[in-house]
Amino acid sequence: MAESAASGHSKSSPLKLYFGVWATLLVLTFVTYRVAYLELGPFNSVVALVIASIKATLVALFFMHVWHASEKLTKLVIVAALFFLLLLLGLTMADYATRTWS
Amino acid sequence: MPESTLMGEHRQEQLHPELLHHFADPEQQRNSASLGMWVFLGTEIMFFGGMFCAYLIYRHWYFGDFGAASKSIDATLGATNTAVLICSSLTVVLAVWAAQTARRALLISMLVVTMLFGLAFLGIKGKEYYDKFEEHHVPGASFSFNNVPIPSHPGEYANPRHAQIFFSLYFMMTGIHALHMIIGLGIFSCLLYMACKGHFTPEYHTPVEIGGLYWHFVDIIWIYLFPLLYLIDRHP
Repeated sequence: MAESAASGHSKSSPLKLYFGVWATLLVLTFVTYRVAYLELGPFNSVVALVIASIKATLVALFFMHVWHASEKLTKLVIVAALFFLLLLLGLTMADYATRTWS
Repeated sequence: MPESTLMGEHRQEQLHPELLHHFADPEQQRNSASLGMWVFLGTEIMFFGGMFCAYLIYRHWYFGDFGAASKSIDATLGATNTAVLICSSLTVVLAVWAAQTARRALLISMLVVTMLFGLAFLGIKGKEYYDKFEEHHVPGASFSFNNVPIPSHPGEYANPRHAQIFFSLYFMMTGIHALHMIIGLGIFSCLLYMACKGHFTPEYHTPVEIGGLYWHFVDIIWIYLFPLLYLIDRHP
């Protein structure tokens, strides 16, 4: 029966994947915590945000089952939400970052 | 042939008592529920997005003051809380798996462990807030942030008014996040009650999945709050 696996793949137990993602997330948390104490200039925030985005993507793809989502509309909703978020942040910062130019 | 359709529907109802009549099969019903949840999470992204946007603007304007203010928060507590939330996300995903594979005892214990992690998070957060009250770092009449040096600018001190904006954003963002955690605990209490009553089967466990999506989303928000509020300008 198809409904025995809501995540869309029933062939093997996903436990290994879950624990692997969990361990990766913990390692990345430790890395971002330690890297914050190194002097990297402007790259401190870049590294911190890149690591945060990797962690968020891992949670969404594997814990929230987006990777195996059978419904394409779900993916469309996610992409649309992120697009509007980037529109909000991008256009606002394009204004504030260029105010002193003239 | 209306009669045979009716009989078909009747058979479906007997096979899946939880299947509502306007869905073709349980899978479609599940997909619709999770799609609806994702639309809600989309509104949540925009809700938190406004606060992240305010943060970005003021971080851009008062760069050094934000660094000084951020440094006064205990980053080890923040990192511990991040680890606690990540562990709770694992137990949530295990709870969903337990519901999918009809392991009721595992489902119940994973829901309980998740709630314990949630309470631990709120406890650590409470300790952090307590420290901020002690240090008079709570925005308001008794706010005080004098003679705090700006990181990597020797001889310069943070403007208390600008630092107050950082702490306003800090309390607003972590406070709304904590409120989401409390709501999450309420949702998981309901899930626990339903699991104990034996409501969930491999065919029907939509509430566990939907509640799990909510919990993971709150985790993702924290994953961004942690570096933005705790880890900026930590280096000596």
